[in-house]
Amino acid sequence: MDSPMSENNEDQQYPRRWNHIRKILERAGPFCHPNYEASPEVLNFVMTSCKILVIGAGGLGCELLKDLALMGFQKIDVIDMDTIDLSNLNRQFLFRRKDIGQSKAEVAANFINSRIPGCKVTPHFNRIQDFDEDFYRQFHIVVCGLDSIVARRWINGMLLSMLSYEENGELDQSTLIPMIDGGTEGFKGNARVILPGMSACVDCTLDLYPPQVTYPLCTIANTPRLPEHCIEYVKLIQWPKENPFDCAIDGDDPHHTNWIYEKSQDRANQFNIPGITYRLVQGVIKNIIPAVASTNAIIAAACATEVFKMATSCCLPLKNYMVFNDLDGIYTYTYEAEKKEDCLACSNVPKILEIENDNLKLQQLIDILCENESYQMKNPGLTTVHDGKTFTLYIPTVKSIEERTRENLKKTLSDLGLKNGSEILVADITNPNTLIFSLKFKSHS
Amino acid sequence: MASPAPKSPEQSDKSKKYDRQLRLWGDHGQTALENCQVCLINATGLGTEILKSLVLPGIGGFTIVDGEKVTEEDLGINFFLDIDSIGKQRALVATQLLLELNTDVKGDYVDESIEQLLKNNPNFFSNFSVVIATSLNERALLPLSELLWDLGIPLIVAKSIGFIGYLRIQFQEHVVIESHPDSQNPDLRLDKPFPSLSQYVDSFDMDKMELKDHAHIPYVVPLLKALNEWRQYHNLALPSNFKEKEELRQLIRRGIKVNEDGLPEAEENFEEAIKAVNFAVTPTIVPNDIKKILEDDCCINLTSKSKPFWILTKAVRDFVENEGEGCLPVRGTLPDMTADTNRYIALQQIYLQESLRCADIVHRRTQQLLHQLGQNTELITEGDTKLFCKHSSNLAVFRGTKIADEYDPKLVNVSMISQGVEDPDSLMVYYVMLRGLDRFISDYNHQPGEFGDEHDIVKLKACISKLLNEWGCGSLSKDDYVHEIFRYGGAELHSISAFLGGCAAHEAIKLITGQYKPLHNTFIYDAITSNTETFIF
Repeated sequence: MDSPMSENNEDQQYPRRWNHIRKILERAGPFCHPNYEASPEVLNFVMTSCKILVIGAGGLGCELLKDLALMGFQKIDVIDMDTIDLSNLNRQFLFRRKDIGQSKAEVAANFINSRIPGCKVTPHFNRIQDFDEDFYRQFHIVVCGLDSIVARRWINGMLLSMLSYEENGELDQSTLIPMIDGGTEGFKGNARVILPGMSACVDCTLDLYPPQVTYPLCTIANTPRLPEHCIEYVKLIQWPKENPFDCAIDGDDPHHTNWIYEKSQDRANQFNIPGITYRLVQGVIKNIIPAVASTNAIIAAACATEVFKMATSCCLPLKNYMVFNDLDGIYTYTYEAEKKEDCLACSNVPKILEIENDNLKLQQLIDILCENESYQMKNPGLTTVHDGKTFTLYIPTVKSIEERTRENLKKTLSDLGLKNGSEILVADITNPNTLIFSLKFKSHS
Repeated sequence: MASPAPKSPEQSDKSKKYDRQLRLWGDHGQTALENCQVCLINATGLGTEILKSLVLPGIGGFTIVDGEKVTEEDLGINFFLDIDSIGKQRALVATQLLLELNTDVKGDYVDESIEQLLKNNPNFFSNFSVVIATSLNERALLPLSELLWDLGIPLIVAKSIGFIGYLRIQFQEHVVIESHPDSQNPDLRLDKPFPSLSQYVDSFDMDKMELKDHAHIPYVVPLLKALNEWRQYHNLALPSNFKEKEELRQLIRRGIKVNEDGLPEAEENFEEAIKAVNFAVTPTIVPNDIKKILEDDCCINLTSKSKPFWILTKAVRDFVENEGEGCLPVRGTLPDMTADTNRYIALQQIYLQESLRCADIVHRRTQQLLHQLGQNTELITEGDTKLFCKHSSNLAVFRGTKIADEYDPKLVNVSMISQGVEDPDSLMVYYVMLRGLDRFISDYNHQPGEFGDEHDIVKLKACISKLLNEWGCGSLSKDDYVHEIFRYGGAELHSISAFLGGCAAHEAIKLITGQYKPLHNTFIYDAITSNTETFIF
């Protein structure tokens, strides 16, 4: 059924199917993009040429695939590394009970392709990091329906790294791939349009993501007051000590959850702390974010509308950030997020890491990269160049190198030969590219 | 190893499936959903999008009323119709494909137009929890609005045309116990400490405590001690301005332990007490919104038909006037604060016990009232009363208006319309467009621009002018909006319907669960600029 012949046949078979969209695209209106030229060619481009990449086939992804397919897009790729779980079924409407355990991307793609003839969704049961520039370059627009900030930052970094500039420093527009990003949490959500290199990117607005709630270790160990403190104690202290199943905690394994539930209940009883429930235990272990069908539908639809505007130029795109909240009535607020002049990901200014002096230990330098609001890295690996040769400071991701470089964490920058102005190369999962920082000492030791 | 019983409710299949939403509206919210019946009028693209986001979270059942047959055009905007369904009953196919989403939900359909149904069987609607209508023309809308108003059944009307969306909710009255405010101040009663709280605070001799213990006293203790001391010198008043609050902060600061070098120790609990001066040292009063509810006619004049909400309200009102000495029942929750376990738990228990004592008084009053009114005393359980008392400072009551009244120039809010139309940033102009569109369809039986006939522009303009004239409003300053509506030619865009579908479904969930504050009462979505606005008609 993949031959162009059969696709044509289907369109000829149901010629009136796209009449609604046709009306909008084949007539100009007073609120069109100033350069809009109404013609049948626009829908033709949407249906036959325009390639869209949807990242995530979960709550937002399922909605996005349906929305895009019914807005006329027929060449859609979808990436998702996850499999279907029972708790997805309250909102991820392309999945059924029989699909549990299967690839989200594959099941979602099959469903759309069979419901909407002519639409060709290509699934990728992968991580986004499995693909390189050549893969991402084939798309006209990328839409993200992700729950992970790290993955958003990575694709943001990828699209930025694909930009090229003319000799006069002007951006080569043909290398720009717009990114449309949605996010939800309970009854709140946001949709945004990013023109990489031109408007605020994901890293420009890192401060919009609230830091994850953490409890001080001393509270957890010595003065627990909340049920969450008891659960964290079992998770962080009792589990590694007793190692009941000889493995790390798997939040999806009910035996693990049961064990943590019981131990947390014991600890709570010991301190007379009320409020341990199985649901709370699961929530804390898996860091569960509440989700409903309606918010996902709303945010995905807002994103799909922007994809349609961007692909057709029939309207000016959202500029550039919309927040949504329907806890109390229905509230939205649209504003223009600003590009950050010294953004880690999209600015071309040299990145300067300002620190006290070279008495700082390497571990402390890594802590700064992880904890500072503008960096928020996860697990950075650091190298530097000494006399033209690469020198590994610390690489956590490869076991043998980690073991060999672990000692360096306790050494000061001065021990490691780093000086004011030295450059360090930082690789982290939040960006596909290695970032170069120059060290700047506020004082001398 | 002893595992929790495998059939504990929290591990049931249903609670796993609905886990992500149960964390929002709880098991009782879910029960309300599972007991409700929703009626959808017209299985349009917008209609099935709304039902989709109700079937997924698990409403009890739905019924679709639609007399249309599936067309090719439908396939381009409606995900719950397939190629094989062309020519079949739209109500039937949409019902079947929506039911695939959730086996817990029952679905039914009536292959009849709403106009016919209203004529043949007006009693049809009396058992629904909420009725949702799309693509409804004026001829059906007005009688439906009247009918459901009289039945006391909420009606949600949704429209999706081109880049514009519209939602209108009609109900006589809607009451909310759990409004889930985004943030709220703790209810600590520092200005009016109840006996067990005072006793607990007085039991501390902070000066005699070792640093480790001293630094783990819950902040309520040093704060209340300092406040009591301050009030002794100020005729028992509360600090009200910056200077007075600063004096109180100084008093608290003086309690911080000093080390051998004469420098203050780092005591987080005292820092918390200093910060709490701003939000915790406030007079405990009945908020204005709640006062209004307590003074509502429905509260004061109970009848044998009064709803539990109003009986509970009356019981709380009596509590406020008597035992509560002017205050609502204590909420009974304590925010987390630096403290050792035992002292925190002890204080938490003190607030909890006081809240239970209050709720107990209210509950006895509730039972008396039910008895006096000749209502079943089991109608309000102790659990209901506890929940009500806990949320008594965040109750909400909404009184609605009838949609049909908007069609009476004497009853519609004309000044709001004319103000909106004159404001270039307001989306009111789209309300006017949609009303003009309704009028056009009534007069000409097709959508303006549906067949590309440019005469429609003039006709649509005339419809709108006539309306504005009826309302006594001036004419529109530019024709752009009329041209835009003409351009749509009645076209529905799926992504606009999907946006509105999510919104309408969520509002239905609010109405059904009685949680969260609903849209009140008209919502316009302009996807051209990605803006929305709410109006109260």
